[in-house]
Amino acid sequence: MTTPQILALLPLIILALTAIVVMLVSACCRNHRAVVILTLLGLITAFGSIAIAAQYAPIAVARLLVVDPFALLFTGILLLAGFFVTLFAYGYLEKHPGTPGEFYILLVLALLGAVTLVSAAHFASFFLGLEILSISLYALLAYLRTNPLNIEAGIKYLVLSSVSSAFLLFGMALVYAELGTMAFTEIAARTGGGHAIGVLTMAGLGLIIVGFGFKLALAPFYFWTPDVYQGAPAPATAFIATVSKGAVFALLLRFFLLLHVRQSMPLLVLFTVLAIASMFIGNLLALHQDNVKRLLAYSSIANMGYLLVAFLAGGPQAATAFTFFLIAYIVTILGAFGIVAIFSSARREADTLLDYRALAWRHPWLAGAFTVMLLSLAGIPLTAGFLGKFYLLLAGVQSHLWLLAIILVVNSAVSLYYYLRVIIAMYTHPREGHPEHATPHLTAMDAAALTVLTIALFWLGIYPGPLIRLIDAVVRGF
Amino acid sequence: MILVWLILIPFIGGLLSWLVARWNVTAARWIALAAMFLQLALAVGIWITNWGAIKLAGRGPWLIDYRQPWLPQLGISLHFGLDGFSLLLILLTGVIGVWSILASWRGIQERVGFFHFNLLLTLTGITGLFLALDLFLFYFFWEVMLVPLFFLIDIWGHERRHMAAVKFFIYTQAGGLFLLLGILGLYFVSGKGSFDYFDLLGTPMSAVMAMWLMFCFFLAFAVKLPAFPLHPWLPDAHTQAPVAGSVDLAGLVLKVAAYGMIRFMIPLFPAASLHFAPVAMTLAVIGILYGAILAFAQTDLKRLVAYTSISHMGFVLLGIFAWNELALQGALIIIIAHGISTGALFILVGMISDRFKSRSLENMGGLWPLLPSVGGVWMFFAMASLGLPGLGGFIGEFLVLLGTFKVSVGFAAVASLGFIVSVIYSLWMVQKVFFGRPSHTEPVPGLTWYEWAMMASAIIITLWLGLYPQPFMDTAAGSLLNLLKGTARVSSLRSPVLGTDIETPRLRLLLVAKYHSRLRLIGSFGVCPQNPIIDSGFILRPYFGDSYRNSLATQVGTQSETGATLSPEFRCQSPKYSPALMLCPSTDNPEKRDHTIASLPPSPRRERLGVRGSRGGRP
Repeated sequence: MTTPQILALLPLIILALTAIVVMLVSACCRNHRAVVILTLLGLITAFGSIAIAAQYAPIAVARLLVVDPFALLFTGILLLAGFFVTLFAYGYLEKHPGTPGEFYILLVLALLGAVTLVSAAHFASFFLGLEILSISLYALLAYLRTNPLNIEAGIKYLVLSSVSSAFLLFGMALVYAELGTMAFTEIAARTGGGHAIGVLTMAGLGLIIVGFGFKLALAPFYFWTPDVYQGAPAPATAFIATVSKGAVFALLLRFFLLLHVRQSMPLLVLFTVLAIASMFIGNLLALHQDNVKRLLAYSSIANMGYLLVAFLAGGPQAATAFTFFLIAYIVTILGAFGIVAIFSSARREADTLLDYRALAWRHPWLAGAFTVMLLSLAGIPLTAGFLGKFYLLLAGVQSHLWLLAIILVVNSAVSLYYYLRVIIAMYTHPREGHPEHATPHLTAMDAAALTVLTIALFWLGIYPGPLIRLIDAVVRGF
Repeated sequence: MILVWLILIPFIGGLLSWLVARWNVTAARWIALAAMFLQLALAVGIWITNWGAIKLAGRGPWLIDYRQPWLPQLGISLHFGLDGFSLLLILLTGVIGVWSILASWRGIQERVGFFHFNLLLTLTGITGLFLALDLFLFYFFWEVMLVPLFFLIDIWGHERRHMAAVKFFIYTQAGGLFLLLGILGLYFVSGKGSFDYFDLLGTPMSAVMAMWLMFCFFLAFAVKLPAFPLHPWLPDAHTQAPVAGSVDLAGLVLKVAAYGMIRFMIPLFPAASLHFAPVAMTLAVIGILYGAILAFAQTDLKRLVAYTSISHMGFVLLGIFAWNELALQGALIIIIAHGISTGALFILVGMISDRFKSRSLENMGGLWPLLPSVGGVWMFFAMASLGLPGLGGFIGEFLVLLGTFKVSVGFAAVASLGFIVSVIYSLWMVQKVFFGRPSHTEPVPGLTWYEWAMMASAIIITLWLGLYPQPFMDTAAGSLLNLLKGTARVSSLRSPVLGTDIETPRLRLLLVAKYHSRLRLIGSFGVCPQNPIIDSGFILRPYFGDSYRNSLATQVGTQSETGATLSPEFRCQSPKYSPALMLCPSTDNPEKRDHTIASLPPSPRRERLGVRGSRGGRP
């Protein structure tokens, strides 16, 4: 490997080093705060090294990875998401007895896998990154091992993820059998840019999409989502909802755009069906939920369906719409789960609606932040979520995807109902009913993280210009 | 920049009020009141300073214009504009805003700062809506108006407020999302990469696409107006909202939909609106009668007043889709008059329910001796609601009917039944509450000084509208004529899909303003007995013939050249300045100032009856 290639891989290297250092430090001195500071430093350094790597982009590394502006942008997004998850995890894990150091090791390793995923250009690195991510997640999701809900969530995710990885491998094998190559660009070339996809390849792609569908919690591969989101610790849920999905979606975009998915009718139909099913199932099933974490899980299924609309749209705005919506979604979900983490205690998670009843009168700032996050998910202007949905509709209408656009609109209207339910619960008067309120334990890191996220939400909703210019510059190649 | 101040003043006032409320609640109320007074004063100042400009015919309707780029990649700018039409609505916003703060002076005691923040944020959104000239900005303010109103209903409302708030939010948001879809469709069809109103006007598009997009816009506005099948949110929202919320809803939020239709929907899609008009007018007429009949059936006083709103908005919808100067002026007058009178009615309902702790008509009766002042004012506004001549509602409804009559006799005839049914519910309203067997005997507190002030201002404005609406009509005339001219220009184009002219055998509405001159309303009584331009056909009368097309083309041609050579539609027989108050058009063209029927130049329609073949283009 030449020096430019190594320098281009600097974020990955720094992440790996951070994992090792954190492992050693948490082995020798059991100081939670020190471990967290180290993790944060490592993440910041990795984020900073993106600037160095950007000078050498685009560059292919050993046929397995390609470090181009797209990969670096998503690396940055994922590192920031990991940063905020760490901030929330500190406060959360402080409340729980036990040794919290390993959480950060697993988090950094999972980030390593995620960053590998967004730079992947070969099935091998794809699978490698995916497995690093998944295996770290198995342990992350079951972290509080004395809590049976956690273990249940972890085991469910383990079994289903392994099965989907098996599907993925089988699919990759089928593609390799027909085409004789595993590199993305080669695959695209040998299928004639998506026109001449043979039977075996199509079957393989179908199985690969099953694997994708599981990781992204699209319908009908979503059955693990509500249970895992509910059972896992809130920061781990935040991680899986943002980093894991973001990385896999970035890879999906890269892989299928190379393959010119829009030229292939079967693939288009498949993704359309997945999108419509996800939107409807996510929204309709969320209507009945009164558990906030499950509600957010179903809403994330629906949001991934919305994101597929941008994926399916061609046109100049589509990739920008995709990335912007993903960023807005990540900011929102981090904020929402961060608040859930703040309100959770050692005994139980703060996930029922009763925990949030009359919140606005007891803790107005926290309730305000949560309201803003929910309104952003609902797509109300002034928030980033609105501009994200607007961009999605823009991309959809531009490509004349009328059915999908109308379904998106209808589902957005339907989704209002359950977001409003939570908001109403927060603004109910204290004397109605018997509130079993959860008391928040707010650390400085939590407060700082939440403030930054809320400000980012409004900033992206009102003045997204610089970010959009950046995304436009990056995705111009797509 | 002053337009931005019009929007920012309520917003800053709301923020200040919220912050100050922590220390002093009364100060918070005064700050909110001061902010709204300031906005009202600013609007009145603009009106007075531009009065001369409004009267000046050739100047063009836009009084103030402001533009800043916001998201240039998408073609979104902060484009605000004020013309006579929006100026009147801003004035209405100021008045209703002041009233809603005063009305909740004693009623709201919890979270006063947050209440005023939400109230003023709603008013900010509404002001922005009336000023926005960029479609994205319009949608943006549409949503901004929505959320604080939701909180107003949900937190400070009455017993079933959660259901009402959710219903309101989902209905309006769903409509808003369809509006967004329509806006985006228009954005892409125009291909200019801009959301600006002026860039999107006159976009050529296929008839099918235009119909779909117009329908998206119509859905959104029909939910808000509300038009007949999409109205269920209104009774609950009005009933369960606190007084200020109801006043805002009835006074302003419903008008936003009418404004949207007049400013955006019809000018952007004139041909599609034309084709859709029979459906819309049917819905309007159904709304008029349905709202009135259901109002009569209510036992909850607030709900009764809410249903009267549906009825009045039906008149507005009718007038909008008739789309001629008479009908639009009528719709505008109804908007202002209804905002004032229904706002006042809601305030009165609030006063009554505060004092008697009940909104149910069963528990009321014979309250006149206890509250004679409230009874008197209530009767006044009940008369305004039913359309008593001399009060604002009559002028508006009458002009709407007149304008609709020119277009279709059937609709006008059925709609005029609205006058009868409105009498029924209005008199019922008065009788059930204030007359009859007394239900309460203990004395209750009378009106406070500011309640008197609100009622007095309401009465003055209603009388002003009823007896001398000319200033209002003058203010809006320029902008309405401009809108009418704009659609006439566009609708004379050939329809590309059908490859034929618009005179296909279907209902043909006259989009061209037959009036170039302004209406001088000397009084409010009677009408010119001869109205020769009667479309004596049936509702779906087909229009055939080259003669009509030629005449239309010439009309449009002459209109666009000089804008001043069309003949008036009808003449009065009596002289112009008769004390027997007549509705007389005045022309600027002296040779046409002629008051006998015999010298009436043949109108195109009259010409066409029985005359086939080309006839030369003299209108």
